[in-house]
Amino acid sequence: MLGRTANALFWMFRYLERVDNTARMIDAGLRMALTRDLVTSEEEWRSVIVAAGQSAQYERRHSSYTGVQAWNFMLRERDNASSVLAVFGRLRDNARQARNVVTSELWEAVNESWMLIRDLLAKPVGEQRLGDVLHAVRQAGMLTHGAIIGTMPRDEAFHFARAGTFIERADNVARLLDIKYYLLLPSLNYVGSSLDTGQWDSVLRAVSGDRAYRWLNTARIDARGIVEFLVFDTRFPRSLAYCHTALRDHLDAIARIHGREGASHALMREAIQTLDETGVEGVFERGLHEFLVAFLAFNSSIGLAVAEDYRFLA
Amino acid sequence: MSGGATFFDEMHEPGGAVRDAYRGYQGWLSDQDAAFLRRKNRDAETLFRRIGITFNVYGAQEAEERLIPFDMVPRIITASEWRRLSRGIEQRVRALNAFLHDLYHRQEIIRAGRVPERLFRDNPAWLPNMVGFTPPGGIYTHVVGIDLVRTGPDEFYVLEDNARTPSGVSYMLENRETMMAMFPELFMRVGVETVSNYPRRLARSLAACAPANTIGKPTLAVLTPGIFNSAFFEHAFLAEQMGAELVEGSDLRVENGRVAMRTTAGFKPVDVLYRRVDDDFLDPLTFRPDSVLGVPGIMDVYRAGGITIANAPGTGVADDKAIYSFMPEIVEFYTGEKPLLPNVQTWRCVDRESCRYVLDNLSELVVKEVHGSGGYGMLIGPAASKAELAAFRKKLEAHPENYIAQPVLALSTCPIFTEKGLAPRHVDLRPFVLVSPDAVEITPGGLTRVAMTKGSLVVNSSQGGGTKDTWVLKD
Repeated sequence: MLGRTANALFWMFRYLERVDNTARMIDAGLRMALTRDLVTSEEEWRSVIVAAGQSAQYERRHSSYTGVQAWNFMLRERDNASSVLAVFGRLRDNARQARNVVTSELWEAVNESWMLIRDLLAKPVGEQRLGDVLHAVRQAGMLTHGAIIGTMPRDEAFHFARAGTFIERADNVARLLDIKYYLLLPSLNYVGSSLDTGQWDSVLRAVSGDRAYRWLNTARIDARGIVEFLVFDTRFPRSLAYCHTALRDHLDAIARIHGREGASHALMREAIQTLDETGVEGVFERGLHEFLVAFLAFNSSIGLAVAEDYRFLA
Repeated sequence: MSGGATFFDEMHEPGGAVRDAYRGYQGWLSDQDAAFLRRKNRDAETLFRRIGITFNVYGAQEAEERLIPFDMVPRIITASEWRRLSRGIEQRVRALNAFLHDLYHRQEIIRAGRVPERLFRDNPAWLPNMVGFTPPGGIYTHVVGIDLVRTGPDEFYVLEDNARTPSGVSYMLENRETMMAMFPELFMRVGVETVSNYPRRLARSLAACAPANTIGKPTLAVLTPGIFNSAFFEHAFLAEQMGAELVEGSDLRVENGRVAMRTTAGFKPVDVLYRRVDDDFLDPLTFRPDSVLGVPGIMDVYRAGGITIANAPGTGVADDKAIYSFMPEIVEFYTGEKPLLPNVQTWRCVDRESCRYVLDNLSELVVKEVHGSGGYGMLIGPAASKAELAAFRKKLEAHPENYIAQPVLALSTCPIFTEKGLAPRHVDLRPFVLVSPDAVEITPGGLTRVAMTKGSLVVNSSQGGGTKDTWVLKD
């Protein structure tokens, strides 16, 4: 297949993961704001925008943090290139680029979702509609994942698309974990405080892991338990270890189709080995922040190597 | 041809009786509930939006995607009507191809004094670097769309030949898919020739034109200007249906004397390029240096026999509206037969006599730009205001060689579905023709374009026209 088409599929699914992630973060923010008073809710929305990595753009336009303003910014504001509306538009453009290799079911899932989301986001979103909008974005993700898994032949197109999903998911989860930890718990003295527990709960919520965590772990919510869960638990489909194992499997499948490995495969093996050897003890010895920064750099270098190995751009 | 106000109604005889072609359809229709039909009509639009069969409108504020209106009443042609049409189309297409070969070689037709030399010499579509070169298989026009209009029971005229990159075939295919999805039982009652094998036939026809040195199964690719092109949907659709790569100029480069595409496993040579970009954008080294859509050096590879380009560069010289007026002579010259399908009477404004006639009768005529297409820059005399006529008159007097004129055609009508029931609207027809050294294949049917506004004679989608599924009945 064409390198450009592989690139389009890879980014199509990275963008899908990104909008899904944004919706989930807004959802977690809303939940937090609803359970607290108005004063702290400003702080909560600020943390949501920061966690989404959009604070610089936000503060260029707005001087205060309110829920309505924050979620409209993340969902649809014109000047925000990372808004759900903007990213979903790019997602669809990439699907169009790859139109001749995606199945019609997959294309229709994207196109129908786009039409729905575009209409829902045509006007500012008030409290009453927020639930519907977030639901539509999450449904778009599920519909699209269902369409690719249910209809795409398992050729390289499929594997590039799935690789995009897992590389982006690993990035988003690591970033969320880092920002939350770095910003809100600068010192381990806070571990176990009620503030701490509330924050971790919102992290779990933002990755749809609150239920899974309780099911898979009898332990109470604390930093250690959650790091173990979100970084190492391969039963949870958003943990870093799960994402990298899945990413490796898809890259290996591509290598089998091509009959050879590239630089990306060597990096991938190294990343998984490092994660294995570090273990939860190692993370806290080294410092969670330092560990996550290194992980993010590794993750991103794998993405660049895939683009290079498979001639995405040149 | 009658220029009067009576139009041939393809479904009904003057007394109101249903014509043979529509008898089966009418039988089904009269069993249907009106509310059911109204609901289906609304479903159709949703269906099209979901599939994404849209086109981008040039000149629109944002790159807006629009739907071409679809009408759910089929346009129906009988088997015997179709046989006659096919013979005429095949004759015309063979002549077009022979004409192109002649123009770029010995120019017998000019020596014989049947067409004037200025026709191609002054033509921007004429490519001097095609002179003396024969494309693989001797084929210039791999895909042709012949625009036909009907004015009576046995009267079909050719309105235009599209020999460069005719578009619209995806609508022919999707319209049928939509009709079958909406009314499966209708297709059980009425026997209709299939159109769905078009992409397979296109792939086979293109493969049959591969360069002589192709090893194994030829590699096909569709060249598109990209996702913002108005016909991108069609390019992607055909590539998908043929199992071919959909390439842009930036995916291609010349390597070891071949045109190669950048795949995930390195550059891979392309044998046949079905290009949906104009000649001007094909090779920046040969044509427009500012083009980013093309492939530098592709023309050198082409001339060395390393790739087939479909349609061949330089074919545009044969579908010019000035050339069109000579088609009867061209058909006769190369086939030795009278044309089976007549041309519409055409005044070439470059001739002083004709130009005077056109200027004197401007309000009665349709005047078209020689190099124009898509209904842009065209004057419909009877529908134009005084100011529009005066403005057009100035343009015409300044550059008469840029225009031809035709009478206002009494385009036949076919009913469309409206909330109040069936209502006649004017239609034309574009059948699609595939040409290879082995065969000339015409898909039974084609694209019927319909003017959705009552009384309108303009069917172009860029001017608000719609489309219909086109049926050729089985014998």
